Amino acid sequence: MIYRESGDFSETYPADSQTFPIKFDRYRYYAVLVVAFLIIPFFINDYWANAILVPFLIYAIAAIGLNILVGYCGQVSLGTGGFMAVGAYACYKLMTAFPDISIVLHILISGGITAAVVTLFGLPSLRIKGFYLAVATLAAQFFLVWLFNRVAWFYNYSASGQINAPDRTVFGYLVTGPNTEAWAKYMICLVFLTFAGIIARNMTRGSLGRKWSAIRDMDIAAEIIGVNPLSAKLSAFAISGFFIGISGALFFSVYLGAVEVGEAFGIQKSFLVLFMIIIGGLGSIFGSFAGAAFMVLLPVLLKNILVGGLGWDTALAAHLEFIIVGALIIVFLIAEPHGLAQLWRIAKEKLRLWPFPH
Amino acid sequence: MFDQPESFVTADGRTIGGVMMEMKNITLRFGGVVAIKDISFDIREGEIRAIIGPNGAGKSSMLNVISGFYNPQDGEVWYKGERRPSMKPFEVARQGIARTFQNIALFEGMSVLDNVMTGRLNHMNAGIMSQAFWYGKAQREETENREVVERVLDFLEIQHIRKTPVSRLPYGLKKRVELARALAADPKLLLLDEPMAGMNVEEKEDMSRFILDVNDEFGTTIALIEHDMSVVMDISDRVVVMDYGKKIGDGTPTDVRSNQAVIDAYLGVAHD
Repeated sequence: MIYRESGDFSETYPADSQTFPIKFDRYRYYAVLVVAFLIIPFFINDYWANAILVPFLIYAIAAIGLNILVGYCGQVSLGTGGFMAVGAYACYKLMTAFPDISIVLHILISGGITAAVVTLFGLPSLRIKGFYLAVATLAAQFFLVWLFNRVAWFYNYSASGQINAPDRTVFGYLVTGPNTEAWAKYMICLVFLTFAGIIARNMTRGSLGRKWSAIRDMDIAAEIIGVNPLSAKLSAFAISGFFIGISGALFFSVYLGAVEVGEAFGIQKSFLVLFMIIIGGLGSIFGSFAGAAFMVLLPVLLKNILVGGLGWDTALAAHLEFIIVGALIIVFLIAEPHGLAQLWRIAKEKLRLWPFPH
Repeated sequence: MFDQPESFVTADGRTIGGVMMEMKNITLRFGGVVAIKDISFDIREGEIRAIIGPNGAGKSSMLNVISGFYNPQDGEVWYKGERRPSMKPFEVARQGIARTFQNIALFEGMSVLDNVMTGRLNHMNAGIMSQAFWYGKAQREETENREVVERVLDFLEIQHIRKTPVSRLPYGLKKRVELARALAADPKLLLLDEPMAGMNVEEKEDMSRFILDVNDEFGTTIALIEHDMSVVMDISDRVVVMDYGKKIGDGTPTDVRSNQAVIDAYLGVAHD
């Protein structure tokens, strides 16, 4: 009874092809936006920002980016960590070289630079597919981390080899650096995520998205209807890279503040983001959000239960946490291989019929 | 009638134009295997042209040559009065040649509507910024092309399943969706690779009706491969018969039916 589409009639094609054709969905979406923009910023504290919300927002951007490449275009990538590092180092170089230009612009340009780099590493995808492509992107991951470690120009010849985000403001409010307030960090990430979500959704529902999905589902048939595989694949790499670069730039400048490349953008990061989209649901924007929330929240939740609730030793809890998260992922994938997005779809279909199953 | 170069009107009132596509001495080899041996034939505008032959005769290879999957080692492909250089399949598609496959090649992860909309991709060219913000051209062309697609769905009587994922459809409907996708591209030449394979009589009748309607209403030239002889003889204007990569017959269904070489190929001959 709660979730109904009866009475919702699309009378025009634009109304039928909008993001949320069902009224109830549309209002729920507006409600989420209102809560995220107008309520949370007034109640957020440092713990919530640093442990949960900011990492969730940033990973969600990365997940959207990777989902475009893997979920929509079907090109497997294990280089996400390295590509995020490109965004981070591009942002650092821009911040230090042009201190007078707005950080927002720097983050966008970092996305653009990452898009170019990812496209370059996407070139092998024209020849190789599946696991072999995954291995090629893995090479990108290791190469990029090595590059940022070894070439001192990237970290401005600092003695520690780290990069540190200088203080930068947006509209007079500090958004980077150690003295940033929780709500400011939250807001800048939220704005970027909102735009990323809207843009990704628009691109995937239009002709570009259909090209990608066509390549994913059957590349021979895609070619026969006139899709140029070169431009379709490379555009997926570029747009995916743009979002991943933005998330890397935010991860460094807003969230961590100081970064050592091997630690922050190692191979684990690539797998983390890949798990997010697999658990969330490949080929779904909502799945990217759900997967990011799942992977960020689960460890925090477990820690609170084990240490806070049951009073276990922190070290023991930390190790058990790995085991439990790993086991849950496996259980989850067996139960629902198509991810949280599919669960959500099934729940909606059930609700549509409830309480009358026929 | 088919020996005259100019256009003429058939008995049932359709106009057959001049030569649209001409294959000249095509030879296609895979290593030592010769799939097509020195075959020439033409396809005239507005006709339904069938390619028949026993299994392994090289029919599908011929279709693949036309649609650009294979480049023949020898011979020339002429399209609309010009010699076609060797092309990639997507370039061929952009010249107005669409096709369906013997084993259905739909995009299983997408809905019927999205599948058919992919057929319009060559008619959509909104810029990336327009698409990103769903503003201006992207929105406009989505609606325009949606209207075209809805007409095709209506024509093929699959409107009721437009939102259904293709993977849930039965075989016969999938075949129809694939035809819809090819038609949505608004092709000049439509290639059908065994459009009726694996169908029951009723589905075959439906499909034959659709093929004739497409030809009649849109004037689309159709080249098809089919095994069901009664269907081929009923719907096609001219038939090419292939056997072991060679052309053994070419002409109207009546001509072909009485051709001794064709009868031998289908019924077998006594070897002494």
